[in-house]
Amino acid sequence: MEFKLTETQSLLQETALRLMREKYSFEQRKQILGSAKGWSQALWKEYAELGLLGVEIDEEFGGSSGSFGDLAVVLEAFGRGLAVEPFLSTVVIGAGLISSAGSADQKKAYLSKISEGKMTVAFALGEPGSRFAPHRISTSAKAANGGFVLNGAKAVVIGGNDADMLIAAARIAGAETAREGLSLFLIDAKTKGVDIRAYRNTDERGAAEITFEQVHAPAGALLGPPGGAADLIDAALDRANAALVCETTGAIDAVNDLTLDYIKTRVQFGRPIGKFQALQHRMADMAMTAQLARSMMALAIDYANSTDAAARAWAISAAKVQIIQSAQIAGRGAIQLHGGIGMTLEYAAGHYLRRMTAMEKMFGDYDWHLTRFSRA
Amino acid sequence: MELQYPAHVRAFADEVRAFTRGNLPAETRERVIRNLRVTRDQQIDWQRKLCERGWACPAWPKEYGGPGFTPLQRHVFDNVTQEEGAPAAIPFGESMIAPVIMAAGSAEQKAYYLPKIRTMEYFFCQGFSEPGSGSDLASLRTSAKLEGDEWVINGQKMWTSMAHHANMIFMLVRTDSSGKPQEGITMLVFSLDRPGITIRPIITMDEGHHTNEVFFDNVRVPKSALIGEANKGWNYAKLLLGHERTTIARIGQSRRQLRILKDYAASELEDGAPLIAQQRWRDRIAAVEIELMALEVTALRSIAIQEEKGAPGVEANLLKVKGSEIQQKMTELLMDAAGPYAIPFDEEHGFGQTNQSIGPDLAASLAPNYLSTRVVTIYGGSNEIQRNIVAKTLGL
Repeated sequence: MEFKLTETQSLLQETALRLMREKYSFEQRKQILGSAKGWSQALWKEYAELGLLGVEIDEEFGGSSGSFGDLAVVLEAFGRGLAVEPFLSTVVIGAGLISSAGSADQKKAYLSKISEGKMTVAFALGEPGSRFAPHRISTSAKAANGGFVLNGAKAVVIGGNDADMLIAAARIAGAETAREGLSLFLIDAKTKGVDIRAYRNTDERGAAEITFEQVHAPAGALLGPPGGAADLIDAALDRANAALVCETTGAIDAVNDLTLDYIKTRVQFGRPIGKFQALQHRMADMAMTAQLARSMMALAIDYANSTDAAARAWAISAAKVQIIQSAQIAGRGAIQLHGGIGMTLEYAAGHYLRRMTAMEKMFGDYDWHLTRFSRA
Repeated sequence: MELQYPAHVRAFADEVRAFTRGNLPAETRERVIRNLRVTRDQQIDWQRKLCERGWACPAWPKEYGGPGFTPLQRHVFDNVTQEEGAPAAIPFGESMIAPVIMAAGSAEQKAYYLPKIRTMEYFFCQGFSEPGSGSDLASLRTSAKLEGDEWVINGQKMWTSMAHHANMIFMLVRTDSSGKPQEGITMLVFSLDRPGITIRPIITMDEGHHTNEVFFDNVRVPKSALIGEANKGWNYAKLLLGHERTTIARIGQSRRQLRILKDYAASELEDGAPLIAQQRWRDRIAAVEIELMALEVTALRSIAIQEEKGAPGVEANLLKVKGSEIQQKMTELLMDAAGPYAIPFDEEHGFGQTNQSIGPDLAASLAPNYLSTRVVTIYGGSNEIQRNIVAKTLGL
């Protein structure tokens, strides 16, 4: 496990933090949220120019061939700044899946586009009845005309509100819950038969309910081995969860800073409220839990791209469980210590809580990860 | 299994239940069940129905137009109506200023205000907190000076919930700065439709408009707006907040949420089986149900103590602390039950294009409700302040 940043990581961190400081103030963010897309295409371009979208992407396709640890410092900064661009869905999941499972043609066609900021991706995995079970998939893909025809419904597709490309999980064989028989398909979101009902999430990023009705996918759309995508799905989810751990660690630090500053300056009963022991103890708990979060972030980084699926699942689930606990202590504590002002939309604390609240339910909740950990 | 009340209490509960089911408009009920705010009209409509039945202002004695319920009847009434999805009474008029008017108002004030509060012709809001005076309420600075026959008010109030629906306000103002902060505070009651009053919405993190800031710029109100004696307002405020704390436990509302949670856990599937089939979920729901039972029995004990001693004891603080914590716990468990469908945000709060809800019907309003319920451990005297009060009663 690495506790110190490499030189590359320090530079990346500096870049990402500076961007957040200069381009993502509370007021600037409000503008971004109020824009047509609800995220900033201008900043997305800037991320691309600064190399943030291609951190892990192979140099051959315009990336830096970096590690998950490199990506982590960017994620942490984005969590701190509450960035709402589709980084998680496009870069962490999308580019990750294409890099690990794509054919030479697919990599060539898509990875440069992602690193240049010209394509957004969303992972259409979960279904209305699947809750968090990653292989409970009834969306079907049937061979036809040398390609496939997809039918089915996808639920709460993170980033699906505004993705150019969908990576859809569909079943070519096997029972509804079987690991075997799953395939991934690269589907242009504008393909005929793809219906996207977009909405905003609690964390102010977007998602969609997506249905596939007689959607034709050519043979070249198949991503990874036909019928053998379960391992890819698991790996993608573990990376997504590791990314959420990094983001949330940044968010926890930021909301703690905000709260600490507030209780040092807000005066009631003739002194700063931070002088009251009841508040001190709660703040101390928030500070301590931030340390646990940071520790589990190091663990998550260590395992995020591990090829030992069992160990990876074990570590990532542990990190997710801890980050949910830490986020609850820090997020809810921040609102309580702020009092009324923390409840308002015009103040950042609530936006951190909103980010953390959505995070809890993405890619497996507390229970799901607790169960997976206990079975490892 | 449920707590067993004596037969006559059960009969009363059945009567209240039957009335509520028969008279509460379906649309109002639906909004309450889905944790959406009811409209001003829906609130007043329900109040008028209660007036006709003689059950409006359940805490009021008969002489002021109340039903003259015993404390136990009142407890049952509140909880059954809340359980059935009736909108909770807006406390500012009937539960907060009315008891003060009854205790300290003049005969004219009683005769004038109480009937209008009862029908909600007068819709009250509360002007207490200020930007610099939250938990430390006695430090408030909004001033009122007597000029001839009028008070002239200058300053700013904050967290004035419902001010955008209200036509009346009761407020604390500073009328003397020479002594202890508590000793120079006066309580005034007046209508909001006068020059110099500006109401600005405060939007909360659930994107709802529940509360406001209210500015007073040389606002003139008649001398008769004074409640009780000048500079005695702090005593009235304490009386009023004591009443607030006993109504804030919202046991009936939590029972309603518990039922919704159980239904949800029975219908939401994980790996093909309902959540409730998991020991973990059964434990969780049982634990919160037991907490709620303990709270309910404590409320009953509190009633007995009030009847015996004439005033609530330390258990009133406990009702607020535990009641608010249980309310939050319910919203957390509902979010957990919804799973991935806790991620989307309700369209009524500003951003959907279609009317069909995302995921299960109930899921859409869970996140806003979770967020807005964070306030219950803050308002009405934060839980930290409540614990301080409990510690004080212990002699610490």
